[in-house]
Amino acid sequence: MPGRIQSIERAAAILRLLSGRSRRLGVAELAGELRLPKGTVYGILRTLQAVGFVEQDRDSGKYQLGPALLHMGSSYLDGNELRTRALNWADGLATRSGESVRIGTLHENQVLIVHHVFRPDDTHQALDVGSLLPIHATALGKALLAHHDYLAAELTPGSLPGYTPATVTDVYRFRQELEAIAQRGWAVEVGELFHGTASIAAPIEDRRRVTVGSMGIAGPIERLCDGRQPKAEFVDYVMEAARAVSRELGAIPW
Amino acid sequence: MFDDRARVVSVAQHEHRQHFPRPGWVEHDPEEIWRNVLLVVRVALDKADLSPSDLCALGIANQRETTVLWDRRTGAPVHNAINWQDTRTDRLCREIVREHGQDMFREKTGLPVSTYFSGPKIRWLLDRIPGLRERAEAGEVLFGTIDTWLIWNLSGRHVTDVTNASRTLLMNLHTLDWDPVLLDAIGVPAAMLPEIRASSELYGEAGPPLAGVPVASALGDQHAALVGQTCFNPGDAKCTFGTGSFFVLNTGARPVTSERGLLTTLAYKLGSAEPAYALEGSIAVTGALVQWFRDNLGLIGSAPEIETLALTVEDNGGCYFVPAFSGLFAPHWRSDARGVIAGLTGYINRGHLARAVLEATAWQTREVMEAMNADYGHALSALRVDGGMTPNNLLMQFLADVLDVPVMRPIVAETVSLGAAYSAGLAAGFWPDTEGLRKNWHRAAEWLPSMDAGAREKGYRKWKKAVARAVDWIDEDD
Repeated sequence: MPGRIQSIERAAAILRLLSGRSRRLGVAELAGELRLPKGTVYGILRTLQAVGFVEQDRDSGKYQLGPALLHMGSSYLDGNELRTRALNWADGLATRSGESVRIGTLHENQVLIVHHVFRPDDTHQALDVGSLLPIHATALGKALLAHHDYLAAELTPGSLPGYTPATVTDVYRFRQELEAIAQRGWAVEVGELFHGTASIAAPIEDRRRVTVGSMGIAGPIERLCDGRQPKAEFVDYVMEAARAVSRELGAIPW
Repeated sequence: MFDDRARVVSVAQHEHRQHFPRPGWVEHDPEEIWRNVLLVVRVALDKADLSPSDLCALGIANQRETTVLWDRRTGAPVHNAINWQDTRTDRLCREIVREHGQDMFREKTGLPVSTYFSGPKIRWLLDRIPGLRERAEAGEVLFGTIDTWLIWNLSGRHVTDVTNASRTLLMNLHTLDWDPVLLDAIGVPAAMLPEIRASSELYGEAGPPLAGVPVASALGDQHAALVGQTCFNPGDAKCTFGTGSFFVLNTGARPVTSERGLLTTLAYKLGSAEPAYALEGSIAVTGALVQWFRDNLGLIGSAPEIETLALTVEDNGGCYFVPAFSGLFAPHWRSDARGVIAGLTGYINRGHLARAVLEATAWQTREVMEAMNADYGHALSALRVDGGMTPNNLLMQFLADVLDVPVMRPIVAETVSLGAAYSAGLAAGFWPDTEGLRKNWHRAAEWLPSMDAGAREKGYRKWKKAVARAVDWIDEDD
């Protein structure tokens, strides 16, 4: 049996301290607690930051647990639970928008569809719960990724395949778009997965403000957009519905 | 509150307390229910920034059979409401059956004598509270189910609708009026009973704080769900999957007498149109089994997680779960049955148990559907579903597989409230006819049968063998 790896033990000790009472600690404090050189602690923190397990507070420069770690821990939300809690709001979104509604969660760098409400026009439609969609060519995927910086940071050149000429395949441009999405709180995709269809989505957050899913509508470009821009009323419907589900999950009311 | 296209305008809800004064006794405080109704009405209006004058009509859907008695002059209840689940009339019911038999009740009301229904609950109160019978005979004390209690408080009228009246054991299903023979057999004076009206008709106008709003519908909850699902054609059916499940089939203008343990009841009566009748099959334990699996076995943290656990395995591994926790309801009506898990082997893990728990709901529904098909004489072609278990995709697909008909969920989950709104809106002329309402019904999801016939019949055969092992468990000395 191989021996234990010292740097992983040290990283675990740092995480344990950050999950303790003070929750936000500087390099010097951590180094003091662990009786390690500041340079060693700083190196471990930088690595943990790169994988999203810790983040640095902008104002104080201190470190705290990162969203990736929270996502893996108790904030993990069962997809079937998410569907149950979101059901009424998803129905309402379909009724108001007249379009089909889907809820997605992250699954190995793809979007897993956990809920689907038919477009309310009684045409034949098939449930696609359980199917996987590309994360960079759907509004659902972009809304999920925009709040998971560590995943966006892992994207490598060439990792974004094109589905139509409109698909964003350039990693740098894609990251810029994600930043804009994180700022404004909603994502759009216009003909980037299939010709002629568009989708609009917004993130669903749990009580820790961790993005646990995304919710949106999809339909023909001419119904959802004016030119290449999504219609404001549809963006409002989607954001309101996603916020309502977030409130249902206990996210801070706003 | 709904708009003209049956879209939810706003929702307000508030739970009221359940009182359990003794084992088997369940009571509600009628005054608290009335206060809560006023509260949710105000909250719903405030949320949408509307006032009562914006409302076209108000309708009521209520839990059936729950019994309230109150003083006509003061409006004060003489006792807490006795809830439908309350079994205090058990001995009284057995006495009534001993004296009059079940057949007369079955024939006149479509129901067996049972603790659920209101008649024996009224009799219990009249027997227990000194002087109450005399006051009831003099018309000083009034009876109502919750619809009647709310209409009384809203408008001062003492009325009920046919669907609620059909669950009292006092109304004749054919005349739609109180039956003197039934009143005499159960011992209830006619003077205390409300007038029986249609489910959709103007009962009166509300006083403050809803001054001027027409009170225009009342329906028992399962009947309201049937209307909300727009099951207006004979042969249309819906099943509501909650802690228990209620399967209701519209049988049209004729009451169908069941030979297979189903209840014959009113579907609804809309205005002056002929009444529609229904067959109803109730299943005692469906969602409650998932809760039991969560709370008593602790194998899942929340009810929806059962789907995640069930999906860790391919099938039930040969395991069947008959949740006859307090006997079996329709179509068996065996109070001597208790729960069994059949087909256990060393191979079975918790994933298989989770499958068996979900499948129990589908197999029980299949039994009720077969009874309906046989009693009604036509086979059901599709099933409309609603209730708390419908988000469970695995269950809904399995249901379509074992029923071998398409299963459809409507886009408005609040079918009970919607049914009350539809009935009230029809009475007020907000909607012209039921045809227009049908256009509001949209599929939110549909599950199509995909199981091969051999697997379905084998599964059903095993389920029936498991049921055979659940019955005849309780002995005299238990």
